[in-house]
Amino acid sequence: MSASALLLADGRFPAGGHAHSGGLEGAAAAGTVHDLASLELFLLGRLRTAGLVTAALAATACGYALESRGGADWAALDAATDARTPSPAQRAASRSQGRALLRAARAAWPSAPGLAAAGQAAAPPHHPVVLGAATAAAGCGPAETALIAAYQSAAGPASAAVRLLALDPLQVSGLLARLAAAIDDTARHAAAAASRPLDDLPSATAPALDLLAEAHARDEMTLFAS
Amino acid sequence: MRHEHEDHFHAQVRAGRALRLGIGGPVGSGKTALVAALCRSLQADLELAVVTNDIYTTEDADFLRKAGVIDPARIVAVRTGCCPHTAIRDDIAANLDATEDLEQKFGPLDLLIIESGGDNLTATFSRGLADAQIFVLDVSGGDKVPRKGGPGVTMSDLLVINKTDLAPMVGASLEVMDRDAAAVRQGRPVIFTSLREDPAATAVAAWVLAVITHQ
Repeated sequence: MSASALLLADGRFPAGGHAHSGGLEGAAAAGTVHDLASLELFLLGRLRTAGLVTAALAATACGYALESRGGADWAALDAATDARTPSPAQRAASRSQGRALLRAARAAWPSAPGLAAAGQAAAPPHHPVVLGAATAAAGCGPAETALIAAYQSAAGPASAAVRLLALDPLQVSGLLARLAAAIDDTARHAAAAASRPLDDLPSATAPALDLLAEAHARDEMTLFAS
Repeated sequence: MRHEHEDHFHAQVRAGRALRLGIGGPVGSGKTALVAALCRSLQADLELAVVTNDIYTTEDADFLRKAGVIDPARIVAVRTGCCPHTAIRDDIAANLDATEDLEQKFGPLDLLIIESGGDNLTATFSRGLADAQIFVLDVSGGDKVPRKGGPGVTMSDLLVINKTDLAPMVGASLEVMDRDAAAVRQGRPVIFTSLREDPAATAVAAWVLAVITHQ
């Protein structure tokens, strides 16, 4: 993995991720996540659903950006992301993060053709669509892209849990280390799926996460954007 | 040298858009009251809009909307994920989105005020977000605060020390605050005010107008 790839995997990359909890704030407010054990279950559930889907979509986008022969249908990939995101609140959060990532990635890799193409997919495009174009610009292939996406799908909410629930950051970091095999596994499945036609990409959903996301969007007393 | 360089920077980034003015400072020092005062004083002459970064999204935005000093649609609140500091310095994405959206909807604007969430003395706006910044302290926080320094006190383009009317009641010496602030600010201006006594923030509004005109 290159240093460019690490830049995108780093939560400090200024793409707005710090203000999104990946559903953790809603789950914490509902009492579903309240300690390390319940956080672990939440992260495992997220990996198997949103994590897998996001990683497969991002890996597909990376493949599009790396293809030299053209013909990649970015708008169809964006629509496929929409179709796999039933909650309007989560769609909005994904597009908001796509917009921010596009801005940050363009600043990092101003002449990447994949980023220019992804930017045309929608206004603004979904986060995984931009992520795959950004990882391609950073020199990653679909497998590394899926790994970055899967890692972020667990690390983002874990960081939010430290802030919202005052969990011990050392223990949360240990939890992520324990989940590393599951993250790797999710990334492998996602990367393998990325070569399929769009309609056959993973579409696992978590209705509870969708409902929590909708409740969160209506709640005025929230700290995170999603 | 430093000032020349900064002026050049401002001129470069500002071409064709509003001056983005950051207003930061500790909780309760009067940031939102200052934003309301500036809106009151400047909206007749300037096209302006406001972005707030409160702990819970809408607290400050609601205050401003209720104050009725500006069209409510021109106030946007962003969520900062428990880190108001990060949202104005390390990862300014949400604030850039909000400023871009306001420019697109109401532009061309002359002034975009970005109010930070209440934070500690180390809070400061990224130059990528704010062209100029005001740091707001109040005398009831104690007259030792300017001496403690921190980027907000030392680096802000204008330091406002609010609630001077309370100085006798809390035993704060304005002379001490003035002397200590001057010692760490290398000639950058300090304005003492009481927004309760001067709800138009006359001196601060004049400073903001001068910044806009000068640039």
